[in-house]
Amino acid sequence: MTTPREQFLAEAAKRILITDGAFGTEIQNWKLAEADYAGALGLSHDQKGNNDILALTKPEVPESIHRAYFEAGADIAETNTFSANRISQADYGAEHLVREINVESARLARRLADEYAAKDGRPRFVAGAIGPTNKTLSLSPDVNDPGYREIDWDTLVDVYLEQARALVEGGADFILIETVFDTLNAKAGIMAVRKLEAELGREVPIMLSMTLTDLSGRNLSGHTVEAFWHAVRHAKPLTIGLNCSFGATQLRPHVKTLAETADTLIMIYPNAGLPNELGAYDEMPDTTAGFVSEWAIAGQVNVLGGCCGSTPAHIAAMAKAVAGLPARQLPALEPVTRLAGLEPFIMAA
Amino acid sequence: MNASTPTSARFVNIGERTNVTGSAKFKKLIMAGDYPAAVEIARQQVENGAQVIDVNMDEGLLDAVHAMTTFLKLIAAEPDIARVPVMVDSSKWEVIEAGLKCVSGKPIVNSISMKEGEAPFLEAARKCMDYGAAVVVMAFDEVGQADTKERKIEICERAYKLLTGIGFPPEDIIFDPNVFAVATGIEEHNNYGVDFIEAVKVIRERCPHVHFSGGLSNLSFSFRGNEPVRRAMHSIFLYHAIPAGLDMAIVNAGQLDVYDQIDPELREACEDVILNRPARSENETPTERLVTLAEKFRGTDAVAEKSAEEWRGWEVTKRIEHALVRGIDAYVVDDTEEARAAIFARGGRPIEVIEGPLMDGMNVVGDLFGSGKMFLPQVVKSARVMKKAVAHLIPFIEAEKQPGAKAKGRIIMATVKGDVHDIGKNIVGVVLQCNGYEVIDLGVMVPWSKILEAANENDADIIGLSGLITPSLDEMVTVAEEMQRSEMSIPLLIGGATTSKVHTALRIDPAYKGPVIHVLDASRAVGVASQLLSDTQRDDFVANTAIDYNRVREAREGKGQSDLLPLAEARANAFVPDFADKPPAPAQPGVHVFENWDLADLVDIFDWTPFFRAWELAGTYPAILTDDVVGESATSLFADAQAMLETIVSEKWLTAKGVCGFWPARRDGDDVILSSPARGGGPAQPVEGTLHQAPRSAETPLHHPADGPPPRTGEELEVRLPFLRQQFKKSRGRANFCLADFIDPAGDWLGGFAVGIHGIEPHLARFQASHDDYSDILLKALADRFAEAFAERLHQHVRTTLWGYAPGEQLTNHALIREEYRGIRPAPGYPACPDHSLKPILFDLLRAQDNAGIVLTESQAMLPTAAVSGFYFAHPESQYFGVARIGRDQVEDYAVRRGVELPVAERWLRPNLD
Repeated sequence: MTTPREQFLAEAAKRILITDGAFGTEIQNWKLAEADYAGALGLSHDQKGNNDILALTKPEVPESIHRAYFEAGADIAETNTFSANRISQADYGAEHLVREINVESARLARRLADEYAAKDGRPRFVAGAIGPTNKTLSLSPDVNDPGYREIDWDTLVDVYLEQARALVEGGADFILIETVFDTLNAKAGIMAVRKLEAELGREVPIMLSMTLTDLSGRNLSGHTVEAFWHAVRHAKPLTIGLNCSFGATQLRPHVKTLAETADTLIMIYPNAGLPNELGAYDEMPDTTAGFVSEWAIAGQVNVLGGCCGSTPAHIAAMAKAVAGLPARQLPALEPVTRLAGLEPFIMAA
Repeated sequence: MNASTPTSARFVNIGERTNVTGSAKFKKLIMAGDYPAAVEIARQQVENGAQVIDVNMDEGLLDAVHAMTTFLKLIAAEPDIARVPVMVDSSKWEVIEAGLKCVSGKPIVNSISMKEGEAPFLEAARKCMDYGAAVVVMAFDEVGQADTKERKIEICERAYKLLTGIGFPPEDIIFDPNVFAVATGIEEHNNYGVDFIEAVKVIRERCPHVHFSGGLSNLSFSFRGNEPVRRAMHSIFLYHAIPAGLDMAIVNAGQLDVYDQIDPELREACEDVILNRPARSENETPTERLVTLAEKFRGTDAVAEKSAEEWRGWEVTKRIEHALVRGIDAYVVDDTEEARAAIFARGGRPIEVIEGPLMDGMNVVGDLFGSGKMFLPQVVKSARVMKKAVAHLIPFIEAEKQPGAKAKGRIIMATVKGDVHDIGKNIVGVVLQCNGYEVIDLGVMVPWSKILEAANENDADIIGLSGLITPSLDEMVTVAEEMQRSEMSIPLLIGGATTSKVHTALRIDPAYKGPVIHVLDASRAVGVASQLLSDTQRDDFVANTAIDYNRVREAREGKGQSDLLPLAEARANAFVPDFADKPPAPAQPGVHVFENWDLADLVDIFDWTPFFRAWELAGTYPAILTDDVVGESATSLFADAQAMLETIVSEKWLTAKGVCGFWPARRDGDDVILSSPARGGGPAQPVEGTLHQAPRSAETPLHHPADGPPPRTGEELEVRLPFLRQQFKKSRGRANFCLADFIDPAGDWLGGFAVGIHGIEPHLARFQASHDDYSDILLKALADRFAEAFAERLHQHVRTTLWGYAPGEQLTNHALIREEYRGIRPAPGYPACPDHSLKPILFDLLRAQDNAGIVLTESQAMLPTAAVSGFYFAHPESQYFGVARIGRDQVEDYAVRRGVELPVAERWLRPNLD
């Protein structure tokens, strides 16, 4: 039997794959009330804005969004679990529901993925999405005490492990560690998946996606795209890439850098441009699709999709724009020692 | 290591000062809990060139886990430290693991071994893989540390097999095959140095992709207390071990000697011991000889250090003067503070530190500079010290809220709109500041409106304009006209490589009634400024200059300039090469893009002479280094340049991007017509801000309208390149050259190129933030060298390979610099092709913006600033020449050929019209 990793690699060898787009902005279109979020769970906190809990209280919302993205041509469904971790759910008094939210979200995505795959015979994949949490291992929140940390490594590994375990239990093929603003958090996520693999006795492929916080191409912890790749290459990730950050135009040079230095699949899902004065994204689907397809034409990406502000229309436009384009070939890298501080450092052989 | 040793580029320097077992100072700070000071040690190490920093907290009295994690978290908050990888160093796994949980990049673990057997070794290795770390593996097994060559090989090979067997990446393995003490008097130890070096050679063969590290201090253990001998031993050991394969060492780079500079007797004695050579005499073994000799060198360091540090005992104002004159910034903040405190204690004000000791010191610098005993690079270093001192005082001065000292005068400096070159301007700014003038530097590409505004707002005493490219001359005239329009009267200084007294007198001076002064070079700037701002000298100086400029104008008018031929006659006297010799078609036609040319390759062919010229040091490299007058200054500058070059290359500060292309061509009159594949997209995207691509549609169409619609032959598009012809009367037999002459009307080839050096900005920002003009100017000057070297190297690649008309060419660097090759590469804006506005056509052909990231300003200056572009002519008889003055008939003809209005053509060709 082929594993999901092998299946994914086989598909990616044939064409540019499509992952899905934003959930947050799609959920907003439902104009849900607090009661819709809260359901009958009897939680003490206001649940409005807790998008992830909809898997338990109003699953028809994430279901319809997954359907819309599959209809638009997505090959991958990312579970609606960006904040479904103990740290983020504590803000909603829902930390005891972390396992349930993740299991149900993954089950939902799995069921729909299998349904669409059965329809046309094209495999669909479920990526269990793990956000960065709102705590960082590398930075001090206290300017007067640069050595202070709000959280420690072991705690964060446990938090991620709990979520990853539940996502895989629900049927996720891969764990997607996304919107990485702190490289050390991502490394803790990798360690959590390694522990999960030891528990399960099998491989759980990892997808990694960094987010840039400034135009020079660094994330919040200060790592350049290349340094980030060096720091996480030991995960042997199925895909590495960038998401969120800015619009596609701003990501262009960094996509190129990554494509040249990473010997694994590249997945990029940018925002639909930059937000306007009102904080809304108004880049049109064809515009975004035009930008991202340039990377496909240049042979720089394997998987494309959208982040903030993207809609099923954006994903459909992308799928159309890259249909028939050849897949990116992986570069063969010299076996040299790739170290990193905030910047990459290569020791020649 | 010697900065120019080629192996050092592949040799990793690991900083060892943040190691409690290696640095007594660091240990003391950590034991005392003074982490902020300990962090500063890490910073110094990185600043001094450590490429990786080793952190070790193994001290019996320390909670090593706590110390390790505290320190690593603190340095994570310092971007200028955290940029380099960390080596987490401990003999205890729990300390290493605690450290790995705090390190965000990809670190090195130092170390693991098979001391406790295979299982714990592999468990630690698996964890390193999960944390994402490379490892140092000690040559240590259940039996003990490997001492002989055979044991080292056996253990490392076994470890390699085990590690690669669990999927550990071989390139992430660094073996430490143990450096042991030699010259201990025990005979079995004599071969330890050789054992190490020989073992490395063999292991490297048998274990592909691994690296080697070693702790040097063990080697010289017998000579502890005798630093000169230890340093010599370490340097000599590296000299022999690096070629064998040693590629990293935990070492204080500052405490190594240059192999060639070690006392020859000591060097030979150390070498005999390390390489276990036979005794040179019967009654003395190599060890005995070194032990005896060592006594001669004991303490020589202390003497040298004592004299070097003697000035630290001087009185504070003398210390400040010494620091300024020598450009030493290490203590200046402390000394400035001491002077400030002393002045404060006697009721004085902080500004008096500037007016007193600092200005006194700078006056000494100014005098030495004025009398030719100091040179620009040194003065700029002095300015760095001055700036640091002043930066320290500013908060005190502001707290006092009293008007600051009246500077000698306030000068606005700017590189004019459309131009991006500022090395010269910055040097002038520094020199003026050193001499007590307040300089407000508006930067580059400054429009006239901003210059005037700044002058008014700041009540400036003088405006200084700079520019390098010829269109800037016109922009300077515009500034002068606008100054006149707003009825200003302050002096206007003109400087920059293309400016001249003649142009200033003829064009700029008549546009402005106030004083206009051309300043030839930085060393004249102070004299000019001081006379202009002196109550007693000003009027005479201005009047004398006016008389001088009048004389220039009269001479020009009465000169009855050299006779010009009518254009038709000049054309009839065109150069006719033998087209039987024309170059073959390119081996690889089309456009070639080079995204990241190897910087190290370019360093090898630097032409250093213009580098020294940029610093106003006159002479030819390498003779300049030993010149009686400027030799010392040039040597010091050259050493600083070499050190920075090494960092630029090893840390990839800069990226060399380039593009070249070849197109079928034919001569049509004075034009060359190229066939280029039709382009899909429109013109490249405009750049934001004040930059833009030249408005090609309006001013510089690719086709002459008279040609009718753009001629399209299939996918080909014809592009017309109009060139200019020499018109001045030639002596018998000499032709009136035009670049088009080198192209066969019956069909030929022409090439083009553009290269640029990218990535300088963050480094300049860093230097500016630390008030370091010296490094700022140095880096810019080096970037220019990279661009020139890249142009040279690419041209060579074109001749030998891409076009391939000279495949067998073998030229030395010297011959390359002297352009002893076939073919030329004239650049738009230079004498053979003076029209800068041909650049957009060239850039369009090359898609230079997309392919090499180079954009053009409205005056056709290239950005990044360090960039070169031009055309390739390959005919063996093609040669450089200057178009020089041309007649009205040619301008009119050119405007038509170029498809622009006459005034536009006149503007671009102004320098050739006077």
